[in-house]
Amino acid sequence: MSSVGEDCNELKQQYDACFNSWFSERFLKGQTDDSACAPIFRIYKECVKRAIKEKKIDLREIDPIFETGIEDDNANRSAGNHQAGKS
Amino acid sequence: MVVAASTCRTETVFDYSWMNVVIAYWNRYPNPSSAHVLTEDTIQREVRDGKLFSRRLLSKTNPVPKWGARFYNNVPVKIVEDSVLDPVKKTFTTFTRNLGMTKIMKVDEIVIYTEQKDGSTLAVRRAYISSQVFGFSRAIRAFGIERFKANGNKASNGFNYVLRRMFPDSLVGGGHHQHAVTTTSSAGELAVATTTVSTTNGNHNNPGTLKSAAKVGYEFFKSHASKIAQLFSVKN
Repeated sequence: MSSVGEDCNELKQQYDACFNSWFSERFLKGQTDDSACAPIFRIYKECVKRAIKEKKIDLREIDPIFETGIEDDNANRSAGNHQAGKS
Repeated sequence: MVVAASTCRTETVFDYSWMNVVIAYWNRYPNPSSAHVLTEDTIQREVRDGKLFSRRLLSKTNPVPKWGARFYNNVPVKIVEDSVLDPVKKTFTTFTRNLGMTKIMKVDEIVIYTEQKDGSTLAVRRAYISSQVFGFSRAIRAFGIERFKANGNKASNGFNYVLRRMFPDSLVGGGHHQHAVTTTSSAGELAVATTTVSTTNGNHNNPGTLKSAAKVGYEFFKSHASKIAQLFSVKN
């Protein structure tokens, strides 16, 4: 699958490969330490962020919602308690 | 203006373990039923309280109906998917919605994947479709519901294809669930909220105002016809 940023495709592939093996080999087996893919994710995320900016994709309207109360329409209310991404 | 929403719920059983389903989930695209999915990116991800939180950005095309082709440019629609995965309880919840144009039609979709007693995985898919387009909300929502139902089969066929390819020898539940997509409860209407939006529509009790509000609604609809047609043709 392609990335939204044409120049992020290679980074995306590297990250996805890292994530997939971490996810099945470690996370699902009870290891919650996610530092293994953190370096590549950081670079890939920066690339995507640039692409989102260039393409003027507005993410603001969904920003407050990133909480567990997914089925709950009040998700917004609790969003302040935990900051989602410190991106 | 009245903001109303329609809901719809479908259930799908995948003949694979929950573990296999969630592993395959991240590798769902591309598949033969996903030609309309253009891009897929993870924009946030973290482990918190032992759960995996992910936010992904997807873009999808919208085949333009012939009658609509001359009205608008075919711009890919952006979709944000948030998910929470609990490896201990074995639950995986995804929450998906379209970005932009949400006054015309907002589609919130929630899918919960859980493990069943026989080892297979149940996906309960719910959609909340709302529209604020005065006078057309019901029609637009009805359209959204129909699309939701029609695309449910297609989405699970694509997912099943990926599951078969990744885990060819791991069928559980005797394989008897194949193609078991059931719409257990059809579209129901539910008035979620009644909010007065800005000043344009004024007092609903006055027939004159109501009429002019309807007119404003119609103008709004007309001017957004291109965007609406675009939204209507987005596949899931």
